[in-house]
Amino acid sequence: MTSFILRMAFLLLLALPARAQEDYAATLPGLAGGFGEIAGAVERLGALGDPRALPVLQALQDGRLLKTADGHVLLPQGAGFVDAATGQPAEAAGAEAVRLNNRVRQALRGALGRLQLVSPDAAQRGAAAEAIFRSRSAEDVPPLQAAIAREQDAGVRAKLELALAAAQLVAADPAAKRDAIARLGAAGTVEARALLIEARAGNPGEAGAIEAAIARIDQSLAIRRAAETLFQGLSLGSVLLLAALGLAVTFGVMGVINMAHGEFVMLGAYATFAVQELCRGIPWLAPWSLPLSVPAAFLVTAACGALLERGLIRHLYGRPLETLLMTFGVGMIIQQAVRLAFGAQNREVISPAWMQGTITLPGGVAVTQNRLWIIVFGLLVLALVFAAIRLTRFGLEMRAVVQNRRIAATMGIRTGRVDAMTFAFGSGLAGMAGVALSQIDNVSPNLGTGYIIDSFMVVVFGGVGSLAGTLVGALTLGVVNKMLEPYAGAVLAKVFVLVAIMLFIQRRPKGLFALKGRAAES
Amino acid sequence: MSATLATPSPGGSGRLTLRLLMLGAVLLLAVLPALNRLPADSALHVSDFIVSVSGKWITYAILALAIDLAWGYAGILSLGHGAFFALGGYAIGMHLMRLIGPRGVYGHPTLPDFMVFLGYKELPWYWLGFDHFPFAILMAMAVPGLLAAVVGYLAFRSRITGVYFSIITQAMTYALMLAFFRNDMGFGGNNGFTDFKELLGMPLNTPTARSALFYASLALLVLSYAICSRITQSKLGRVLVAIRDAESRVRFLGYDVTQHKLFVFVLSAVLAGLAGALYVPQVGIINPGEFSPGNSIEAVIWVAVGGRGTLVGALLGAFSVNALKTWLTTVAPDLWLFALGGLFVAVTLFLPRGLIGLVSKVTK
Repeated sequence: MTSFILRMAFLLLLALPARAQEDYAATLPGLAGGFGEIAGAVERLGALGDPRALPVLQALQDGRLLKTADGHVLLPQGAGFVDAATGQPAEAAGAEAVRLNNRVRQALRGALGRLQLVSPDAAQRGAAAEAIFRSRSAEDVPPLQAAIAREQDAGVRAKLELALAAAQLVAADPAAKRDAIARLGAAGTVEARALLIEARAGNPGEAGAIEAAIARIDQSLAIRRAAETLFQGLSLGSVLLLAALGLAVTFGVMGVINMAHGEFVMLGAYATFAVQELCRGIPWLAPWSLPLSVPAAFLVTAACGALLERGLIRHLYGRPLETLLMTFGVGMIIQQAVRLAFGAQNREVISPAWMQGTITLPGGVAVTQNRLWIIVFGLLVLALVFAAIRLTRFGLEMRAVVQNRRIAATMGIRTGRVDAMTFAFGSGLAGMAGVALSQIDNVSPNLGTGYIIDSFMVVVFGGVGSLAGTLVGALTLGVVNKMLEPYAGAVLAKVFVLVAIMLFIQRRPKGLFALKGRAAES
Repeated sequence: MSATLATPSPGGSGRLTLRLLMLGAVLLLAVLPALNRLPADSALHVSDFIVSVSGKWITYAILALAIDLAWGYAGILSLGHGAFFALGGYAIGMHLMRLIGPRGVYGHPTLPDFMVFLGYKELPWYWLGFDHFPFAILMAMAVPGLLAAVVGYLAFRSRITGVYFSIITQAMTYALMLAFFRNDMGFGGNNGFTDFKELLGMPLNTPTARSALFYASLALLVLSYAICSRITQSKLGRVLVAIRDAESRVRFLGYDVTQHKLFVFVLSAVLAGLAGALYVPQVGIINPGEFSPGNSIEAVIWVAVGGRGTLVGALLGAFSVNALKTWLTTVAPDLWLFALGGLFVAVTLFLPRGLIGLVSKVTK
């Protein structure tokens, strides 16, 4: 590392004027003197901006810099030492370590910061900007301005801008001060706000400008926070949407309460895990295991659903309470079977690289990519369900059976087959929800239990048998939950939402989007 | 809605046999604590374990009676009866916590340990009065009753029936579970209440306390059975069954369906609360896990196994399923959930009238 920095430093050196090179060599002997001389030499080295000084000052800070009796400064390199002025190997016999006191240490911090500004490593430049921000002084302004003009990396540039504003606020120039305040106000970050509050005490002359800038930041922070809450709410809402869409089909369309729905979601998450493990051995396939697990999870859970419908639920049509109890039992069996097969501990499904990280939208709103993908996925699945119900032969037959089973049968529709396919479709949707949940929650045997009650609430709130109701219900519940969280905490927010739904169905017992019917009871 | 389930009313000799069997069962239960006092080497000696387990089962049987009254007769399938049971348990638990007094780990004269630990300075207002036993018992009935009245009124008034009501009650117990898990609710959070010392001057965990609680539970069971059978055999009971089988028709005939359902639901919740109040001192702990939706639905399956719509069935179901649970969880713990899940499936598919239905089918 040291040798790499040295090599880069010598490369950069070629661009420096000869006089600066001489100044560097002429300043070095000062490091061999008393504390006052050392501090002076450190400050001069920092001001010169010669990259060769960086390893020297770092060695000084670490206490590894040696001085000889005749005023040479030796830098450790590999197993031996080199003369800091010439870069030639040198004999360290008789040399002693350069010692530090507080004044030197303080000078070192500033000088290192300024030297790191010219480092080729973006992380070093960022760290330098932060160091200057902490030790800010008026002399930092010109090097920072130069550094900002050179800087390509957006993250480092933001840090540099903040450090520059901080340095300008302690400088004497009132015009630059006002300019810095205005720029801080425009930046709209929490750090800028803290800096302004700090500067308020020291700059009574600029109090008005500072207050205005703080107010501006507060406003943009509030907007950003609202946008982030909205995003989080939408992302929670789309999770609920995914979990509830399958229920909307089985409960809404078929009138079958499937308490094992949560377990189907869990099975979908385990299918995702299984596909990931299968793809692990094939390098070119591994990054695509998640998209592959969507159809896999759908097929697995749809098959389970078809089996459940044909084997058990079919015998209980017209007895909804019994169906509820029976499917709860089935859910228990599935859960216990998975627990015995995969173990009770959490399984990890790794997000592919293209789903990791955060995106910063204009205005500074940070959104995590996997949540963004879940929103997209939720809307895609909704479109899929809509298309399946509205545009396919299967959907047409399904709607016919829902509207009037006996007439549908006389028209030649095999109602039993439609029932099985509808139930399989709803269960498959649960499996797809499981794929999405594996990205944000622990894959464990009781994954589904946490979502089932919320999904039922979505269906009840949105209106049974209405896709639009499911969409609006899920997104509303997600956003309301996230909006309440800062005030009430996650748990109480959930309790409030549950109570609110119970009160809501007082006014509209059939949910937001009720299907119109004429029966006295349905 | 559901296929009409005739309420079996064994006439003549059948009813007499049933009564004699039940009397025998009650007498058998009643001598258990006495047999426990026999010397350990006696052939008739009954272990502490059997006494405490059967005491626990008796409270479960009361819960099953309560569920059966609402579900089997009035068709109200509540998946939140575990919440009423747990609320009753919490009420008596608060009393037991107050009785610990300065004997807690921190030795605070009034505050229970968890409050000292959480930095409470004084008792929250809703803990006041719980140092009196009658008040605690009153609360064990009033709180579940009131909750049932509010939820039931809101639901029955807007004619939320069948599975919708089941889902609402399940959400209710789920919300309560989440709430009770919170430390700042003042109910001990995650850990709930435990380390009880005494009740009514009796140190718990002694044979005296154990048999006293056992007899109290048995007395409540007999009383609950009497109340329930009185109701189901009255005209009110007939109306309830009619509501179960054809709610709209009963409404059109001029009966106030909402009031009937509300009455039976609140009564059922009060019974469940009392059962919980007797359960907690016997097991020595109450925590938010009691609110978990799984517990409520498990209690429903006791009734389904025994035979809903018959009070004896509820009792039979509670005892037999719990006996199976106790046995299986010691012999093969992994299999218990399969067995329970299998019970759900088997009973709904093959035994819609439960064990009682099976018995009457065989005797015919």
